[in-house]
Amino acid sequence: MTTKLFGEPVRRREDARLITGRGRYLDDLGRGALAAAFVRSPHAHARILDVDVSAALDVEGLVAIYTWEDLPGALAEPLPLLIPHPALTHGRTAHPLAREIVRHVGEPVVMVVARDRYLAEDACALIRVDYEILKPVVGIEEAVRGVHLVHEDVPGNVGAHLVQEVPGHGGVTAREAVEAAPHRLEFRLDVERSACTPLEGKGVYARWDADDGSLRVYSSTQTSTSVRMAIAAKLGLPLPKVEVIAPDVGGGFGVKIVHPWPEEILVPWAARLLNREVKWAEDRREHFVSSSHERGQVQHVRVGFDDDGRVLGLEVEILHDHGAYTPYGIIVPIITSTQLLGPYKVGAYRVEFSSIYTNTVQVTPYRGAGRPQGVFCMERTMDKIAAYLGRDRTEVRAANFIQPDEFPYDQGLTFQDGRPLIYDSGDYPEALRMLKELIGWDSFAQEKARAAAEGRRIGIGVGCYVEGTGVGPYEGGHVHVTSDGRVHVSTGLTSQGQGHETVFAQIAATELGVPIEKVSVVTGDTRRFGYAVGTFASRAAVMSGNAIALACRKVREKALRIAAEALEADPRDLEITDGTVHVAGVPSASIPLATVAVLSNPLRYAFDEEAKRATQFAGPASDDRPPVAEGEEPGLEGRDYYSPVRSTFAAGMHAAIVETDPDTAEIRILRYAVVHDCGKLINPMIVEGQIHGGVAQGVGGALYEKMVYDEHGQLLNASFMDFLMPYATEVPRIETAHLETPSPLNPLGIKGAGEAGVIPVSAVIASAVEDAEGIAIDRMPISPSDLHHLRLER
Amino acid sequence: MNETRHRVTLTVNGVVREAEVPGRRLLSDCLRHDLGLTGTHVGCEHGVCGACTVLLDGEPVRSCLTLAVTADGHEITTVEGLARGDGEPSPVQRAFTECHALQCGFCTPGFLCTVTAFLRDNPAPSEEEALEAVAGNLCRCTGYQNILKAVHRAAEIQSEEGGA
Ligand code: FES
Ligand code: FES
Repeated sequence: MTTKLFGEPVRRREDARLITGRGRYLDDLGRGALAAAFVRSPHAHARILDVDVSAALDVEGLVAIYTWEDLPGALAEPLPLLIPHPALTHGRTAHPLAREIVRHVGEPVVMVVARDRYLAEDACALIRVDYEILKPVVGIEEAVRGVHLVHEDVPGNVGAHLVQEVPGHGGVTAREAVEAAPHRLEFRLDVERSACTPLEGKGVYARWDADDGSLRVYSSTQTSTSVRMAIAAKLGLPLPKVEVIAPDVGGGFGVKIVHPWPEEILVPWAARLLNREVKWAEDRREHFVSSSHERGQVQHVRVGFDDDGRVLGLEVEILHDHGAYTPYGIIVPIITSTQLLGPYKVGAYRVEFSSIYTNTVQVTPYRGAGRPQGVFCMERTMDKIAAYLGRDRTEVRAANFIQPDEFPYDQGLTFQDGRPLIYDSGDYPEALRMLKELIGWDSFAQEKARAAAEGRRIGIGVGCYVEGTGVGPYEGGHVHVTSDGRVHVSTGLTSQGQGHETVFAQIAATELGVPIEKVSVVTGDTRRFGYAVGTFASRAAVMSGNAIALACRKVREKALRIAAEALEADPRDLEITDGTVHVAGVPSASIPLATVAVLSNPLRYAFDEEAKRATQFAGPASDDRPPVAEGEEPGLEGRDYYSPVRSTFAAGMHAAIVETDPDTAEIRILRYAVVHDCGKLINPMIVEGQIHGGVAQGVGGALYEKMVYDEHGQLLNASFMDFLMPYATEVPRIETAHLETPSPLNPLGIKGAGEAGVIPVSAVIASAVEDAEGIAIDRMPISPSDLHHLRLER
Repeated sequence: MNETRHRVTLTVNGVVREAEVPGRRLLSDCLRHDLGLTGTHVGCEHGVCGACTVLLDGEPVRSCLTLAVTADGHEITTVEGLARGDGEPSPVQRAFTECHALQCGFCTPGFLCTVTAFLRDNPAPSEEEALEAVAGNLCRCTGYQNILKAVHRAAEIQSEEGGA
C-alpha cells in the first residue's frame, strides 16, 4: 500500500457527510436560538429622521429592538477599513447599524431579535422609519460628474486615485511610446456589476457563557480568526474568551472574506446582552442588497504597437465603481491594474484608476477579484491589434509573451500584497500550443466556412491570463500524532467547499508516510489554530498546504529521532511508510509511529495497548537528566508557518467556440477548452473541479450576470428569478489540459487554482462572439438583446 | 398577535413525525427547524434554486414553496432518507462522490433528491434527458459536467446492482 498521495485524484473525504445531509452549515446549528432580522433601508440615499418601534412591540415573541443609539463603545463606531492604502485618501465604512444617513438600499437600520425568524420579520414590518430622501448617485458616469455626493465630505465622489507607470527602454513614458509607435488604437471597455452569490447566504450564531464570560460564535465566514479578533475588539472581550468557528460553508467566492460584517458583531453582542443564543441567517433578498458586489468598471485603453503586433506602449485609465463604502480598500482596482498585463511584456505601461463612490452596495473581491476586468481589457486589446493588422489572434499574443527563459520576470509594478510584481515561473508558448491543439485552432477556419455554407454563424475566441496566487503574509499548520497512530492536522484558514480536508490530508499523509485514513483535518476553528489569514486569492493550498508540509517535516524529524534511539539506528537510515518507521532495507527493524508517539511522552499510563507496548522501547532512564530534556517537548507534535516572499503566479489560457443565432441572437457555447498551469497538482480531480466551477461562474459573468440598478438606486433584479445564473443547460462541457511549471518559491512547488476558471471567460466569449458576428464586443455581459442591438447599429 | 397553530402529521423518511405549526410555516422550515432534519437546504426561498427539493409522495417538490400544513398526511423523503436501509449511501449518493459532483455541498441534497426521483422513472436516461432532469437546480460551485456524469454513473450503478 502506498502512502504517497500527493498528485493523486484522491476522492473527497468531506463528501460522506455532505451527501447524507450530515453537513453542519450555519443555519443547521443552534436549533431553538433566538432569531435576528433587520430593518433595511428602502432608499439608496436618505437621512433617518425618526424610528418608531411602538407598533412592533405587540408582536408576540419579540425580544429586543436595537438602533444605532443603543450600540455601546466601539460597536457604535464605523466598521474597520481593513486594507488601508495611501492612495485611498477618502476611505469610508458603514456603521453596524446606520447612523443618521443611509447610503444604499439594504443598509441595516434596525436590528430585531425574536423567538423565531417569522416573528422577527413581523416586527421589522411594523417598525416605521421616517426618511428624508437625498439625491442618490447611481452609475459611474453620474458619480464622476460629482454634482451629488455619496459622502458629503468626499469631493467628486473620488475615494482613491492611483497611478503606476513602468517606463520602456531608455526611460520612455507610455504616452511617448504610444505616440511613437507605428500603429495606435484607442477604445473603451466596460464590465458590469455582478456578485459572488454563494448558494448559502451569510450567517452568524452566537452563544454566550455567562459563568465563564466567554463567547462562542459560528460564522459562515472565509476568515474565522479575523472575525474573532473583530468581535473581541468591538465587544471589549479578552481574545482568549472568544472562539470563532467556520462550520461547513456553502460557498464563499469572496463575499465571506469581508469581516466583520455588521451582523458578525451585532449578533454576538445581542447574545451576550440577552444571555441567550442568537442566530441570523441571511435570506436571498438580503444577500442581494446588503452583501458585496463586484466587477463594475469602465476602462479606457490607448495602445501603440508595431507591425508584428508587439505592444510598445499601453495606457489604461480605469473608473472603478466602489459602491457606498470601502471596507476592503482598493484591492479590486489594484489587482485589475497590475494583473492586466497577463503573460505579456509591454514596452511601457501606465495605468491610472479612480475609485468612485456610488449609492449602491459596496464592492469587495469576487472570485477572480478584478482580474476578469483586467484580462478583458488586455485580451480585447490583443484581438483589436490582430484585427487591425489582419493577423491571427494567437500569433499576436505569442509575439508578446514572456519567454520561458525570462523567469523570474519583473513586471516593474507593485502587486496587491505591496510586493514587487515578479512572476516566478511559467511556460506560455507551450500553454498556447496545447490550447490550440485542444480546441483545433488551426483547422477552425474550414469549420467556420462549412458552418457558414449551412447558414450558421460560429466563432472562436481565446483568452490568456496570469494570476497572482497564494498571497501572504502567512498561514500556519499544526500536526499532532496521538498514541493511537492517528494524525490530527489543523490550520486556521477556512473551507467553503474547495476540498481542503482532502488535499491537506493528502499532504500530511505523504509527508508523514501514513495512510490517509489515519489523518483528520480541521480548518477554520480558532480553538484549534488561532493564527490565520483566511481563504481567498487562491491561497489555501499554497499557504496552508506548505505550512502543513513544514509542520509534518518537523514531526517527522522528531519521530525519526525517537525511533532511531529505540531501534538503535541512525535516523538517516530510517523511513516511514504505512504508519511504521523502519530501517531502510531491513523490514524487521521497525516501530509503529503510534509507539513513537507514546515514547515521545514520558508520562506513560498504560491507557491503551500502544502505551503498554511502548515501554519495551523506553530508553535507559538517566538520574541526572530531567524526563523532558531541555529544548524538548512532550508529545509528537509540530507547528510551523509558511510565509512567502511574494506571490506565486499561476497561468492559463482558454478558448471557446460559440454559435450565434442569426434570428434570435442567442449565443450558445459549443466548445470550451482550458489549459491550466498551477504548478504541481496536489489533486488533479479537485483542481479540475475548481476549473469547472470557475468556468461556470465565468459563463454567468459573460452572458447573464448583471446587477440592474434604476436611477433611484433600486436593485431591480434582487432575486434568482431575475438575476440570472447559469443552470446545467447553459454551461458547456469543459475540456482541460494541465501544464505543470512548479513554483520555485515554496517547498511543494504549487500555485493556487481557485479562481483561474473564472478569470478569462468574458474575454474569451467576447472574442468568439466578435469572430462569429464581425461586430466589436466592448462590454460584458452580452445578452441576446444586447447582440441584437449591436447588429442593428452595425 | 397570536397565530393559530395546526397539528400536522408527516411521514418523513418512513418515520411518523408530528409538529405544531402556524399556517404560514414553510415545509422547508418545518423539516429543518421543527423536525431537526437540516439536510434539506434553503438557497433562495422563492422556488428557483432547487436546493430545498424533497420528495413528496415520491415526487420532487420545492419545500420552500410548500406550506407544511399542505403536506399533512403525506410521505416525505429528504436527503437523510436516501441511504439504503443498511446505512450504505444510495447509488445516486455514491455516484456524486465518485464523480466529484459536489464542492460546498449546499445544493447537493436538492440534486440528490431530484436525481433519485428521475432515475426511478427513467433508469437509463439519454444525455438530453439527464440534462433536462437537473436543469432546474442551481449549483454555484461545481459547474454541471460532473453532476451530469454522476447522473449517468448512478444509472450505471443501479443497473449493475439490478435496480435500486
Ligand atoms: S430554496 Fe427552494 S428553490 Fe431555492
Ligand atoms: S456545491 Fe456549492 S452550490 Fe453546489
